Amino acid sequence: MADEFTLSPDDVADIIAILEKSEYDSLDIQTGRFRLRVARSGDAWTQEWSSAGALSEAAGPAVIAEEEAIAEGFAAIRSPLPGTFYRSPQPGAPPFVNVGDDVKPDTVVAIIETMKLMNPVHAGVSGKVSSIEPQNAEPVDANAILMRVALR
Amino acid sequence: MRIETLFVANRGEIALRVIRTAKRLGIRTVLGVSEADIASRPASEADAIVRLGPAPSSESYLAIDKVVEAAKKSGADAVHPGYGFLSENVRFARVVQGAGLVFVGPDPEQIEAMGDKLKARAFAEKAGLPVVPGGEVSNKKSLARIAEKTGFPLLIKAVAGGGGRGMKRVNAPEELERQADFAMAEAQAAFGDPGIYVERFIARGRHVEVQVIGDGMRAIHLGTRDCSIQRRYQKLVEEAPAPAIPPEQRAKIEDAAVRLAEALRYRSAGTVEFLVDAETFDFYFLEMNARIQVEHPVTEEITGIDIVEQQLAIANGAPLGWKQSEIRFAGHAIEVRINAEDPEADFRPAPGRVARAVWPGGEGVRIDTHIRSGDSVPPHYDSLIGKLIVYGATREEAIERAAKAIRAMKIEGVTTTAGLHKRILDDPRFRTGGVDTRFFEGLANG
Repeated sequence: MADEFTLSPDDVADIIAILEKSEYDSLDIQTGRFRLRVARSGDAWTQEWSSAGALSEAAGPAVIAEEEAIAEGFAAIRSPLPGTFYRSPQPGAPPFVNVGDDVKPDTVVAIIETMKLMNPVHAGVSGKVSSIEPQNAEPVDANAILMRVALR
Repeated sequence: MRIETLFVANRGEIALRVIRTAKRLGIRTVLGVSEADIASRPASEADAIVRLGPAPSSESYLAIDKVVEAAKKSGADAVHPGYGFLSENVRFARVVQGAGLVFVGPDPEQIEAMGDKLKARAFAEKAGLPVVPGGEVSNKKSLARIAEKTGFPLLIKAVAGGGGRGMKRVNAPEELERQADFAMAEAQAAFGDPGIYVERFIARGRHVEVQVIGDGMRAIHLGTRDCSIQRRYQKLVEEAPAPAIPPEQRAKIEDAAVRLAEALRYRSAGTVEFLVDAETFDFYFLEMNARIQVEHPVTEEITGIDIVEQQLAIANGAPLGWKQSEIRFAGHAIEVRINAEDPEADFRPAPGRVARAVWPGGEGVRIDTHIRSGDSVPPHYDSLIGKLIVYGATREEAIERAAKAIRAMKIEGVTTTAGLHKRILDDPRFRTGGVDTRFFEGLANG
């Protein structure tokens, strides 16, 4: 959100053309707003942009849900991917499962909507649903606990 | 009038793409963003941002009233819809115009005329374009009559259908009636509607489209694109011009697209899609997309024309800047779509934080992306994270460059389709050129 000068794709092409004729293999440009690293990669060139604010954690791992303790005799049903948690196949329809329901490994217990695709979540274990963690339509991270199941 | 402030009603790479051209033209840009996109690269390159609402599209990018309200408040005099979201929504175009803003796209009536597939087919047929021979079957007599027109083999499809259910291939006349009965029963069971129609069966079809630009009076074309490499109707690779089509047949396809655009008195950039028989090169109108397309850069690379700039000029009321004969085509361009999806797990979406995004660069390489190292790919929107576009003096040079560029690329933190593209670019069928839409099945099995 600024009128400050940003390098255009043409500028980057020019930088690479200059480096190509030089003996340098890379160039780092850092301003208050962005960082650009242009580098030789075999006989090709690469460009890597980062926003100034993202630098400190740029090499960090992808965010995944924190590990939570599961009591003995229980299992967790986790979200296979990040997205929106839905308890029923469509708005207004009865939920796939409620607390107290029996589930088998292939029972569909929820849907995670990710990138416009509906991904069914299977229980994966046999037992009785003892808790349902997120609210319906709540966003969840990958690996987040959706439900706890008392194992049989 | 002259557009001074442009509101961009989209996100991701296309939002950034539109912002860049607008800036080059000295137009101020305002971007509407959802909560998920406040720290995105397009947001940092726009002159101003306006918050639309929560991350889900239905509460932000698809909320017509919020978008138009934000555009009005921002002092914009025009709205660019990009592709997807509200770009082909007739009501959106009308509400934008009703608010006294310029809609950077065709007239709402033109979006409407091409929005309904059966109506569009009828309109194209009236304009003299070939459509796949066939028609709706009302009784046994009409079945025989239509089959005579299509020849054999033919396809029987359910009117209400989709996903191949109720679809039957009929190889010879003596099978026709029995298969039609089957198809109707299946259609009834699957869709509650026994209606069927019959179409000529095209064993090896290619998806070829033509970029057109019209100013409301006349139209020109910017050549063909081939988008035959698809998975479940999602395009993976596009190239311009469409390879391995005899020049005189290519000219006929381009002329047909211009004829349709002129019959519509089309006023913007648009794309006319055709099914081309890979053996006979007969072609049939499929549909027209009344917006800019994801794959427009390959056309820009071989013509040197900035299509977004043309959209803005025409929205400003300017006439077309060229005659057809002034459009020069040079070289070959290929685009591969890099999606955050896992090709090894049935293309499951793979959103998340991109720890590192090392994109290729250099001569003949263009990257249209909004993803920097450290950026997030939110789970709420589609999975496109960038487009690698390469240009070469010849198709061979373009393929070599693409193969080299994709090997230099390094995306860490999310799974992408990059590895799949290495295989496609190395595939001998692709290298030969002119593959049909079954290419991907062959790749998966081979």
